Amino acid sequence: MQIFSNANYDFVRWRWHAIALSALLIAAGVALMATRGIPKGVDFEGGTIVIVKFDQEAELQGVRSALSAGMPGGGDAIVQRYGPAENRDVMIRVRRTGEEVEGNLSQEADAVVAALQKGNLGNIEVVGTEIVGPVIGEQLRRQGMMATVLALAGILIYIALRFQLSFAVGAVVAVVHDLAIVMSFLVFFEYELTLNVIAGLLTITGYSVNDTIVVFDRVRENMRAMRRDNLAHIVNVAVNQTLARTLITAGTTVLSVLALFIFGGEVLKGFAFTMLVGVIAGTYSTVFIAAAIAILWQGRKPMKGQAAPPVVTETRRPGRRRAS
Amino acid sequence: MNNIRWKVLTIVGVFIFFFMVGVYPILASRYNLPEPAWLRAQELKLGLDLKGGVHLVLRVHTEEALRTSTMTTGEQLREALQAAGVTIGGVEVLSPTAFRVSGVPQDRDQEFRKLADDVAAANYERSPGAGGAYDFTMRPNIANNMREDTVVQAQQTIDRRVNELGVAEPNISRYGQTNDQLLVQLPGVSEVARAKEVIRSTAQLRLNIVEAGPASTEEALLASSGGKLPEGMEVLSGAGSEGTSFYMVRRVAAITGQDLRNARAEMDEMGRPAVGFSLTREGATKFSRVTGDNIGRFLAIVLDNRVQSAPRIEGRISDQGRISGNFTQQEVADLSLILRSGALPASMSYLEERVIGPSLGADSIRSGVMASLIGLTLVVLFMLAYYKGAGVNAVVALVMNLVILIGFMAYFGATMTLPGIAGFILTMGIGVDSNVLIFERIKEELAAQRGVRAALNASFSRVFLTLFDTHVTSLIAAAFLFQFGTGPIRGFATTLTIGLLTNLFTSLFVSKTLFELTLRRQAATPRLSI
Repeated sequence: MQIFSNANYDFVRWRWHAIALSALLIAAGVALMATRGIPKGVDFEGGTIVIVKFDQEAELQGVRSALSAGMPGGGDAIVQRYGPAENRDVMIRVRRTGEEVEGNLSQEADAVVAALQKGNLGNIEVVGTEIVGPVIGEQLRRQGMMATVLALAGILIYIALRFQLSFAVGAVVAVVHDLAIVMSFLVFFEYELTLNVIAGLLTITGYSVNDTIVVFDRVRENMRAMRRDNLAHIVNVAVNQTLARTLITAGTTVLSVLALFIFGGEVLKGFAFTMLVGVIAGTYSTVFIAAAIAILWQGRKPMKGQAAPPVVTETRRPGRRRAS
Repeated sequence: MNNIRWKVLTIVGVFIFFFMVGVYPILASRYNLPEPAWLRAQELKLGLDLKGGVHLVLRVHTEEALRTSTMTTGEQLREALQAAGVTIGGVEVLSPTAFRVSGVPQDRDQEFRKLADDVAAANYERSPGAGGAYDFTMRPNIANNMREDTVVQAQQTIDRRVNELGVAEPNISRYGQTNDQLLVQLPGVSEVARAKEVIRSTAQLRLNIVEAGPASTEEALLASSGGKLPEGMEVLSGAGSEGTSFYMVRRVAAITGQDLRNARAEMDEMGRPAVGFSLTREGATKFSRVTGDNIGRFLAIVLDNRVQSAPRIEGRISDQGRISGNFTQQEVADLSLILRSGALPASMSYLEERVIGPSLGADSIRSGVMASLIGLTLVVLFMLAYYKGAGVNAVVALVMNLVILIGFMAYFGATMTLPGIAGFILTMGIGVDSNVLIFERIKEELAAQRGVRAALNASFSRVFLTLFDTHVTSLIAAAFLFQFGTGPIRGFATTLTIGLLTNLFTSLFVSKTLFELTLRRQAATPRLSI
């Protein structure tokens, strides 16, 4: 079996359309983030989560009214089912914690439990709590930003050393593009930013660059055989040559991430969603964005390993098949 | 052809080794298979999110230890001046690292400087101010060392306490980037509130001679000394027979918790639960001198700045004592545990608390394993359908990759977390990608009318470069993830890193060897099913 055995699409020609489409999506995402804000989980904002198991079927509405009756500010609590319905687990989130210093950090958690016990909802068992004070929230937020920026910088430097700067710029723009798309989807589908989602974002960073490098590697290889062609053409040939691989890899990764999304349980849902969107965005950016940016950045400067500047300015003819 | 035999032997050997250390113990404990003890010790460690337990982050208030030190130095200087007959205006603590001596008489300045050098010059900078005042500021390196010591001491103390609580495999380590945070992980602890209290109790014990009191209000207490607190004294409160009582005690303690040799739960003469303690030899010498000098007066037993009781000193006491008060049995047990393990050098506060119940952990394991198996099955089916014969190579390489990954983690004692399982699934994806890269390249080379052998060799040597670059960039991302991560995220980075490394082995070495094996069987006109 073979898909795209003779792939010969002029991807480079569509680069402006692709860039416009991405810009539109990202602009919509940014607008959404600006109006709605980025919802942060307790990991980054601080707050209290209590997960309780009921011994009988509990209506979420009943839990809400027990909270608003039983504790100050209990009406603002977020109440959700946690995991499959037959577990009868309910997650309650309050945006506050007790005082860190001179106080009892778990005060809000205790208040939630007390309110539920008063609420006549049957026996409850606390199966988990997460209390993150504002200090740690701030710390994790800073570290998360730092890790992402440093990882991107590290990757940029590595690619610039192994390939050339224009490729590095292309790869990093592609990654930033993917991250922006994923963030837009996260905000649109109201996923909260948690540690696991950040892990997903960093993984997408690795994945997306991975994907892009395979194409760049092919470009580097082709440059030796196709000295006379201009960069746009060489890139187009490389994207076509690696197209089957790009799609098969994306397909198998989506398969396993989809399994994680559907069967992986509540904790990993955000991670799996991030990965799912990220893999698709990453594949798209590999084909349409990364190389396009590299070509733009390179302009008409000669490439490393290419003696003369490119002869043809802009190619409109369909890409030649393999050069070797 | 001897070459290929060695390769196959290597692969089989590696597989068996990692299967035994990684996968077999899991199967054995699940299906009650025989398992030697040395293998059981190797079993893959599960993180708190899978096993259940308590995850706490504390901040050590290091400035408290600095303030204590500054206060003590100021007090020592005051006493030294008093002994030398130099009258000064007063000593005032300005901040945790600075104190001010005011009203030094002009004519005694020389003498003052000499005494100040003796007492404080080692740790404090002295700068003169107006009107005979001097500011003493702790040297920055001394302050840093003291902060560091305080955190290390707190860590050791918590470690002792947690061990006394009988928690198996606790983890107490430094945390964060501010240098004053500690991470405490206690697997399988159910009495969370008690554990938290035991860990945090400062338990600073001291025994001070009572100068006045008890009195029911602070004013009544100070009435005897003209409404003013005399130098070297302090006022402490504690529970009395009716409401709160106030005591005026000498600031310098007769003995402190550091002089304790042991502490245990016992009964006092009225049959109430109490904590009995015994003193070190040095402590006993001090204590017998102080009690001998003060027979008939009261001795305040002060725990964390609160007077627990103030019995009358009936005679010289050398190395035994008892703390009685209104304690329950449990409180007495915990207090003696805490006193045995030593006081904390400063108080602490909780910044983060996560409690994962065992049932949540079990749910996570179940769904994580389920997702992995389903993902694996889907990927395997796809690879077999798409690549046929070569698909078998990919599947073997994939399974091998996962087995080595589990074995490697078990062997080196890495911890498996829920995000770690996600890392597992991602490793699977990367593993498949490597094989796809190789296979697609082989197809291309075959289409270019090369011989099968030449096509294989060219593909593997070309793809090596690509794989090297993609793996290095992923490793860069994983490294920052590890650096940034707390427990679970770190688990993800660990799994991913090991997975990337094992993947290079399986895709480049195992997969190639399998191709060579198929070619060997059909020596004349080799064909590949791909």
